[in-house]
Amino acid sequence: MALKTKTSTRIGVTVLGWGIALWLFFPIFWMILTSFKSEVQAISTPPKLFFMPTLSSYGEVFERASYWHFALNTVIVSVGATAIAIALAVPAAYSMAFLPSKRTRGTLLWMLSTRMLPPVGVLVPIYLLARNTHLLDTCTGLAIVDMLTNLPIIVWMLYTFFREVPAPILEAGRMDGATRWQEMTMVLLPLALPGIASTALLSLILCWNEAFWSLNLTSSHAAPLTAFIASFSSPEGLFFGKLSAASTLAVAPILVFGWISQKQLVRGLTFGAVK
Amino acid sequence: MSRLKATRTAICTLALLLTGSALSSAGAAGTLTIATVNNGDMIVMRQLSQEFEKAHPDIHLNWVTLEENVLRQRVTTDIAMKTGQFDVVTIGNYEVPIWAKQGWLTEIKPDAAYDVNDILPSVRDSLTADGKLYALPFYAESVMTYYRKDLFQKAGLTMPDTPTYNQIRQFADKITDKGNQVYGICLRGKPGWGENMAYISSLANTFGAQWFDMSWKPTMTSDAWKATLNWYVSALKADGPPGATSNGFNENLALFASGHCGIWIDSTVAGGLLFDPKQSQVADKVGFAPSPKGPYGKGPTWLWSWSLAVPVSSHQSADAQTFITWATSKDYVKLVAAQKGWVAVPAGTRASTYAAPEYVKAAPFASFVLNAIKTADPNGPTAQPRPYTGAQFVGIPEFQAIGTQVGQTVAATLSDQMTVDQALTSAQASITRALRQSGRAR
Repeated sequence: MALKTKTSTRIGVTVLGWGIALWLFFPIFWMILTSFKSEVQAISTPPKLFFMPTLSSYGEVFERASYWHFALNTVIVSVGATAIAIALAVPAAYSMAFLPSKRTRGTLLWMLSTRMLPPVGVLVPIYLLARNTHLLDTCTGLAIVDMLTNLPIIVWMLYTFFREVPAPILEAGRMDGATRWQEMTMVLLPLALPGIASTALLSLILCWNEAFWSLNLTSSHAAPLTAFIASFSSPEGLFFGKLSAASTLAVAPILVFGWISQKQLVRGLTFGAVK
Repeated sequence: MSRLKATRTAICTLALLLTGSALSSAGAAGTLTIATVNNGDMIVMRQLSQEFEKAHPDIHLNWVTLEENVLRQRVTTDIAMKTGQFDVVTIGNYEVPIWAKQGWLTEIKPDAAYDVNDILPSVRDSLTADGKLYALPFYAESVMTYYRKDLFQKAGLTMPDTPTYNQIRQFADKITDKGNQVYGICLRGKPGWGENMAYISSLANTFGAQWFDMSWKPTMTSDAWKATLNWYVSALKADGPPGATSNGFNENLALFASGHCGIWIDSTVAGGLLFDPKQSQVADKVGFAPSPKGPYGKGPTWLWSWSLAVPVSSHQSADAQTFITWATSKDYVKLVAAQKGWVAVPAGTRASTYAAPEYVKAAPFASFVLNAIKTADPNGPTAQPRPYTGAQFVGIPEFQAIGTQVGQTVAATLSDQMTVDQALTSAQASITRALRQSGRAR
């Protein structure tokens, strides 16, 4: 009887899990499906599930815009912002985790509070700063802003991961004569690598999908894939097929990347969860 | 050791890429950056701009395509902060007079060969401030009625030459067949100053309503506004498609093109799209008529033009003017006709386009569009004197915010969250507050 209940619970949980997964994936599935429809099929009512697929939307997207230019900018900005953020966040999180002061907690909360401010609230000062430093429409400017936007969450995550590393291991390193730098780079970092990797992956995804600053601080030279997608929205005329094709092309690399690295991502996010 | 080397190489490569990108943004002399929207005519312009570059080898064109509202925001920021990122901007006749008065736009002085008098007077006037021309029209639009000839024939109806709103309502009632997803009338319901309020402002004009009296006091609680909204709400509720508050221009275009609308009153630009069998399933069944008349009958009429202007912040004003003169010239119209066919030429700007027999043959709706734009008078008289210009908008900077806010209130009447009276009272209060805050009204 108990075995039966256990089996039915397991089946129920599996069905529920698949149901939620499919529900979450449905918008992406529909976007991909729409990208293979003609514009008339894309707006047909009731929506068509079965149709003759066409690559015409992809053809038009490639004809109208240089996808590779936007994709390269996205890669440069995302990787650049993530690398700088990790480089700054590791020492910050290290000092907060292993050399805390009475202000550490307050500093952490203050850092996180900057994430609660709507970005548009600081648009004018950041725009003026970018203009005066000649960083408008540059990957450098966008990478710096993306890095600063994500820095609080990265410091928080690394701080949490570092706290899971047993302090006696670091002490042992110190006893063996390691300097602070060696202790951080040769003992702490290898131990917390899954956590650092998952933080970097999350930062990469956040930078890849960032739209507000991309649309406001870039125009042509440094415009990333979010600007590429936005350029296919039209106030007059049918565009759902082309917009879906552009969106599919924009999310495809990060989707594939996320798929490949999902093991590391999950391992990192659950790092230290079970001792 | 090798891992350290690889890390160093990666950091150096990244630094080089970021530095390179910073330097590249400076932009070479002779490169014009053009901010535009993703409309069909602009896409054609971008494709054909290679011809311009061939004829002007010293000028390279750099295109930035943005969503309409993002474009406005970016261009406003760029001009107000004198960044000079854009040399040519695509704006409408709502912005041109306001921005010209702010000193944000360069006066345009085309040469004699351009034949500025060939531009339809109503369009030219809408881009003029204090007697000076500040933008050149790329294409223009007014409003007209689209209807399904087959449904009218089936119901034994005939569209009059000058329909009234009462007649439109009767026709819509007769052809509505909700069981077969055929809705008698489709109108803009999506909230926004350029969406539902563009149509409703135009409707209000012909019902004798207006936004403000001469002392900038809103007149939303007037009987004319009540009649306007009562007609709009009752027509859409009785004969409109479900979820009308989600339907803007594009959604109604999709509904009509897929055979779900009997009548649609909207921008003349839809004519070319509905007539194109690649985009419309009812291409051979579309009928055209002028915009219906309301009880007042007169009033300012809808006029919109997407135009090319040169911001004063541009460092290459002369080259920018050369480009916009080319893109709005008679020769450009001929180039589009030769490369893309006459039906694809930008509509509503030049008299010479409508004089071309090839165009009239290719676009059977051409005479309706010409007539609608020729007779469009955004400065026309309202029932009572008014302190502003504009037909489907009010030509003041505050209107974007006011229009969108009122648009949301109007949408609430369609979804039964408010009655018409409540919506108008709420709109009256919010507009009064907004104008006090801006200092326009006391």
